[in-house]
Amino acid sequence: MDPRTPVIVGIGLSDGPVATHLDAVQHHVVALRRALEDSGVRKADIDGYCCAGAGKSTSDPDDLAPMAEYLGIEHRWLDGTMVGGSSFEFFAQHAAAAIRDGQCDTVLMTYGSDLLSRQGRTLGSKGHFGRSSRVPGPAQYEAPYGNVLIGAYAMAAQRHMHEYGTTPEQLAEIAVAVREHAALNPDALYRDPITVDDVVSSRMIADPLHKLDCCVISDGGGAVIMTTAERARDLRQPPAFVLGTGGAQTHWQISEMPDFTATGAAAAGAEAFRQARVTPADIDTVQLYDSFTITVLLLLEDLGFCPKGEGGRFVASGALRLGGKLPLNTDGGGLSCTHPGMRGIFLLIEAVRQLRGQAGPAQVPGASLALACGSGGWLSCIGTTILGRDAP
Amino acid sequence: MSHDAGGDTTGEIAGDVAASLGRRPLPLPDNVSAPYWEAAARGEVLYQECPACGYRQFYPRALCTACAAEPEWRPASGRGTVHTFTVIRQNWAEPFRDLAPYVVAVVELEEGPRMMTNVTGCAPEDVHIGMPVEAYTIAVEDGLGVPFWRPAPTD
Repeated sequence: MDPRTPVIVGIGLSDGPVATHLDAVQHHVVALRRALEDSGVRKADIDGYCCAGAGKSTSDPDDLAPMAEYLGIEHRWLDGTMVGGSSFEFFAQHAAAAIRDGQCDTVLMTYGSDLLSRQGRTLGSKGHFGRSSRVPGPAQYEAPYGNVLIGAYAMAAQRHMHEYGTTPEQLAEIAVAVREHAALNPDALYRDPITVDDVVSSRMIADPLHKLDCCVISDGGGAVIMTTAERARDLRQPPAFVLGTGGAQTHWQISEMPDFTATGAAAAGAEAFRQARVTPADIDTVQLYDSFTITVLLLLEDLGFCPKGEGGRFVASGALRLGGKLPLNTDGGGLSCTHPGMRGIFLLIEAVRQLRGQAGPAQVPGASLALACGSGGWLSCIGTTILGRDAP
Repeated sequence: MSHDAGGDTTGEIAGDVAASLGRRPLPLPDNVSAPYWEAAARGEVLYQECPACGYRQFYPRALCTACAAEPEWRPASGRGTVHTFTVIRQNWAEPFRDLAPYVVAVVELEEGPRMMTNVTGCAPEDVHIGMPVEAYTIAVEDGLGVPFWRPAPTD
C-alpha cells in the first residue's frame, strides 16, 4: 500500500438538530474541536482546508478565505468548490488526490449552519426570489413561475412514476426505513416510528411529494480530517481508507435536467467503483443524500444497486432497513435526523462511524465497505465516495 | 404597471396569472436574453438553433452548448407537450402563496428544447405528462413579456 493512501482519521459533529446557542460559525468551531479530539491530530498539522456555504445564514465570515482566517488554518492547499449539498463529496475527491500527490498532508473539511434557529422551516417552499424582484442570469427563465425547491424534486418523481410505474408507497418506504434508523439515534430530530400509510396520507406539498417525503430542517455542523495512511498510524482511530471518488454534473437548474429520471450518480458512481475495484454488491451500507425520498431512489438506481426503473421494487423489498442487504442512512438521514441546508458532510461522517464499528445500535455488523453519495443543487451535481475499513 | 394581454388570455386562471405577474419575480434582461423577452412582449416564443451544427437549445445562451458556435434565434410554433410537472400546494412567498395550488411544468417544445412554465387554463388535476399544450404570452412592460402555456385546443 502506498503510504500516501488517503484516509479519514477524524470526524466531529457539532450540536444538533436544534442548537439555538450556536451560530453558523460556532458550528464549524465545535465540529472542528471534536474532530481534533476524535483523531488526535494537532491543529497546527492541518495544512489543507475546504469548506462550502460557510456561515451562510450569519453575516460573517461568509466564505472560504475568511473562514480559513477565522479558524486560523495556515493552509497550502485550499478548496471551496460550491455545488450545493454534495460539495463535501467533491472535497473528498479533491482532497484525496491532493494528499496522494503530496500537495498537502492533512486536510480539514468543515461545515456549519444555524438554518433552523435563524430562518425556520421555510427553505423548501419559500421560492428563491423576493416579490417583484428582477432576477439576473439563467435563473431569470425560471423565476416568474413560482417553483420551489420541493417542486424541482417533485418533477423528477412525477416523471419517474410516469416512465417506470413507481408508486408513492414505494417512495414512502424510504422515509419509513430512515425513520426506523432515526429511532436508534438520540440526536435525531424525529424518532417516532412511521408507516407507509403515514407518509402517503401526510399533507401533499408538491405533487407527488408529501410532507414526509421531505427532509427535516435543522441546525448542525460537521468536520472531517483526512491525511495519509502513514500518519494515521500514530493517531487515535482506525483509519477509513478513501478507496474511490467520483463527481459529475448533468445540469444546474431543474429545467435543464436532461433526463428527469437519471442523475450524474451514474458517472460519479462508475468512477468511484472503478477506482475502488469493487462493485455495488460489495457495499455493506450506503449513506445517500435524502433531501427527498425520490433523491434516494434515483441515486440507488444510478449507482447500480438496482437496474434503472427498478428502484421502487428494490426499496419496497426492505433492503434499506438495518438487517436488509443495504442499510441506508443509519444515523436517521436528512429525512428524520439532520439537514441544516447542505447534508454532504454528514454522509461521510456516518460512513466512517460504520467502518469503525462505532455506530451503536445502528451498527451494520462487520461493515467493511461504505458508500456516501451526495446530491447538490437540484439533482445537479453528484459526488460519490467509497470508504473501506481495510487497507487496499 | 399595466398587464396588457398579448395573444388570447381569456379564461379565469389565465386572468389570475396576469393579475399576479407584476408582483412576481421577473427577469432582468441582459445582452443575450433581451430579444427573448422582447419577443414575448410581442406574443412570440423564441428558442435558439446553432447555424453550425443544428443543435437547438433553451435557455438562450451566448454559445451553442454542443459546439460553442454563436446560436441564432428561431420562432417556436407555440405547440408542445408537458414533459413533467408538479402542483405547488405550498409556497410561502408572495404572490404565489395566494395562487396555490398551481402547476409548474417543464414543457417540451415541438422543436425539441424544454422550458419551465406554468400550465394555466385548466384545473391542476387535469394536467398530465404528454398533455398537448400551447404557448401564450403576457406583456408586463415595454420589452418584457412572459410566456405561459395552457391546454391545446382539441380539434
